[in-house]
Amino acid sequence: MQVELRILRYDPERDDKPRWERYDVDTGPMDRVLDLLQTVKNHHDGTLTFRRSCAHGVCGSDAMLINGRNRLACKIRVDQLGRKISVAPLPGLPVVKDLVVEMDDFFAKFRSVMPYELDDGAPMPERERLQSPEDRARYDDTTKCILCAACTSSCPSFWAKPEYVGPAAIVNAHRFIFDTRDQGADERLEILSDENGVWRCRTIFNCTDACPRGINITRAILEVSTAVVDRRRFAGRSRANGSAERDPAPVGAASSVAVGAGLSRRDSGGAAPAAEGVGGHPESSSGSGTEDGLGVMEPRS
Amino acid sequence: MSPTRSWTGGTTIHEVPAVIVGAGGAGLWAALELARSGVETAVLTKLYPTRSHTGAAQGGICAALGNLEEDHWEWHMFDTVKGGDYLVDQDAAEILAREAIDTVIELEHMGLPFNRTAEGKIDQRRFGGHTRNYGEGPVRRACFAADRTGHMILQTLYQQCIKHGVKFFDEYHVVDLLIDDGETRGVVAYRIADGELHVFRSSAVMLATGGFGRMFRTTSNAMTLTGDGCALAYRRGVPLQDMEFYQFHPTGIPGIGVLLSEAARGEGGYLRNDSGERFMERYAPKLMELAPRDMVSRAIAMELREGRGIGGKDYVHLDLTHLGKEVIDSKLPDITEFSRVYQGIEPITQPVPTTPTAHYAMGGVPTDTNARVVIDERNTPLPGLYAAGETACVSVHGANRLGTNSLIDILVFGRRAGRSMATDIGAGTGLPDLATDAAEPAREEIEALRSRTVGESRVRIQTELADVMMVDCGVFRTDETLRNAATKVRELKGRFARVRIQDRGRVFNTDLLETRELGYLLDCAEATTTSALARTESRGAHSREDYPERDDGEWLKHTLAYRSEGGPDLRYKPVTLGRFEPKPRVY
Repeated sequence: MQVELRILRYDPERDDKPRWERYDVDTGPMDRVLDLLQTVKNHHDGTLTFRRSCAHGVCGSDAMLINGRNRLACKIRVDQLGRKISVAPLPGLPVVKDLVVEMDDFFAKFRSVMPYELDDGAPMPERERLQSPEDRARYDDTTKCILCAACTSSCPSFWAKPEYVGPAAIVNAHRFIFDTRDQGADERLEILSDENGVWRCRTIFNCTDACPRGINITRAILEVSTAVVDRRRFAGRSRANGSAERDPAPVGAASSVAVGAGLSRRDSGGAAPAAEGVGGHPESSSGSGTEDGLGVMEPRS
Repeated sequence: MSPTRSWTGGTTIHEVPAVIVGAGGAGLWAALELARSGVETAVLTKLYPTRSHTGAAQGGICAALGNLEEDHWEWHMFDTVKGGDYLVDQDAAEILAREAIDTVIELEHMGLPFNRTAEGKIDQRRFGGHTRNYGEGPVRRACFAADRTGHMILQTLYQQCIKHGVKFFDEYHVVDLLIDDGETRGVVAYRIADGELHVFRSSAVMLATGGFGRMFRTTSNAMTLTGDGCALAYRRGVPLQDMEFYQFHPTGIPGIGVLLSEAARGEGGYLRNDSGERFMERYAPKLMELAPRDMVSRAIAMELREGRGIGGKDYVHLDLTHLGKEVIDSKLPDITEFSRVYQGIEPITQPVPTTPTAHYAMGGVPTDTNARVVIDERNTPLPGLYAAGETACVSVHGANRLGTNSLIDILVFGRRAGRSMATDIGAGTGLPDLATDAAEPAREEIEALRSRTVGESRVRIQTELADVMMVDCGVFRTDETLRNAATKVRELKGRFARVRIQDRGRVFNTDLLETRELGYLLDCAEATTTSALARTESRGAHSREDYPERDDGEWLKHTLAYRSEGGPDLRYKPVTLGRFEPKPRVY
């Protein structure tokens, strides 16, 4: 079969602005979009530029905007998309060339949430620390993140306010905040209570829809924001939300207990209840549309 | 670190004692050791660290923790030596098996989210070739985090590197290794963002660039696994060791080669042929589907050759349907998703088509047990050069690697590399002298490629290389097929000298870099085919139909392939034996 592939191209050494190029590509239904791109690069135009590595959805290199949604090019098949396929770089991030976007700021935000285990300095036991299967399951979902940026670059709050730390960084904070072995929840919650932290989330669910790993990102963000609130409440400094003011609440084991207690209420409930009926449908924020009707999602200015 | 010192003709010079090329498990753990020792280190990766292929490892990392049943490091060592068909250096295998235990414990202490037993200990499962009491039956030795163990190792080590302030140079493609007067002096790297060359003047350089599976048509390897570190060392006179031993993993997705982890068989999956028979009964009656990979791949290849593939086609079935939804969802979630996405198969209810896929290089840059690169049959070190992981050949895998042993290899010997570098830098006299035009050879090569207007594109050369290596240097080999492969690789190298690229830009020129990577693959393929042609025996993954027996009298030795104009020169060095005498390898 043949598909009509349209790619938003941009070469900073030659172009003033991005341009759509059309390629008619022979393909099979089980081929991935990455196969199409490689076919174009090998047989139509060797200058086509994109990142790729593992080619099976675990390295996170080839996230891009495919038919209006952020997807990994190696994890979406032609038969899932139809005969007209549009590919553009991830929205909301500066374009370096063709489908390659600038990622340094994305990784800087990841680093800003202290994405590493913090201990209390006590000597480690000779063997492994024990953790129950239930405690291990508590943060399983957010360990899956491959830092592909599909979530953050699909988020209208991020488009509107690029300083927002973004869903991916919060997911990686979540992974440690809810790990019983970690002692750094207080510091991370402090960082994320900043004006560019969790309060920027408007539960639009674009991130959850975009995640190629199936992480329930919106739920993770809500769990973190709930933890931020509970921590303040416990410290006797309850505030509704959203203050940019630094919270001088004391850090320590007591706050961590409060985090756990606050969250246990949600554990059985599947998706966080607060999210229901709040967010827009993922589709509602995409599809500003292009003249060919391929429905390309574009950042709001 | 104050890296940018001066500009000489558009080249930035960085002065930093330690440079690590590659940011997978081996490179990251070495970086962590150096950071803990207070040594300034630059980690160069042509990707972002979290894209490294360590992250694709699925099933587990082995260590004789004995959390679920009795186990001992001696048993692990024995399995490693026997699994490698006795070509393993036993001093290295002993280190691997002993240090595996505290390495895994340290990973847990770094925060790695292992699956847990009911008591809260690290959970362990069975894996091919890992046995209790020197071969009596399968043992639970593979520690795991669902079926994304490699992903969690990569993430955890990257997290720790961030915590310890390791300096990363992301998307820097190393294009030359600087060795002069028998001493390592640094590397030259090409910054992908703008095409600038950066020279790193360093007294310790570690190669940790992974393997070169992309020389084969069907492979589990990432598109970026192109043998960069091996080829750069080879071009500078370092030999490549045991390149004829290349592992084909039994269960890849037909066509695209994506791996369905051995964990699927570790959890009890069956392999069946067209008549539904569990054919491993005929090849390895004791371990069945959990025999080592070389044997299972050969068994599948034999079934296919004799017409017992499913519907006469080129694959057999991996049957998980009897395991039940709960086991599949909790312990094998990722690989079942691969089947759904790439095959449209539902593994809970349907058998999964599977076929051998090129997976792992047992060979590579020779090192001693402290990850120092050695360059001859007397193990003479090359000062300042280190290697670990799939790039290296220490050799713990011998002629065939056991499942889960690569993850423990990269960590045990990555850690040793970091410690050796810290020690040697501490004992050294500072940064080596470096010629002012150190970047010139690399610059000339790159500019020649960029400016060539007539010539062949890389695509056909790449396709022909992948095809000939798969067909003629694959699971089964003969004198005739290997001669054909070696001749073809030589022809392709000739054509590659006149290759032409389309993209002449400076910004993110992947056309240029993929072409250079093809050059690395051709070098690795040359060493592989020549070494394989010379070895007239069958051992581990090197299976010669014209020489079906292992020949310890003649061939219990490592191959060293040195680059020369007329094709590689081969030399040999003895295997380090030890507590386990070579015996027939029966499972």
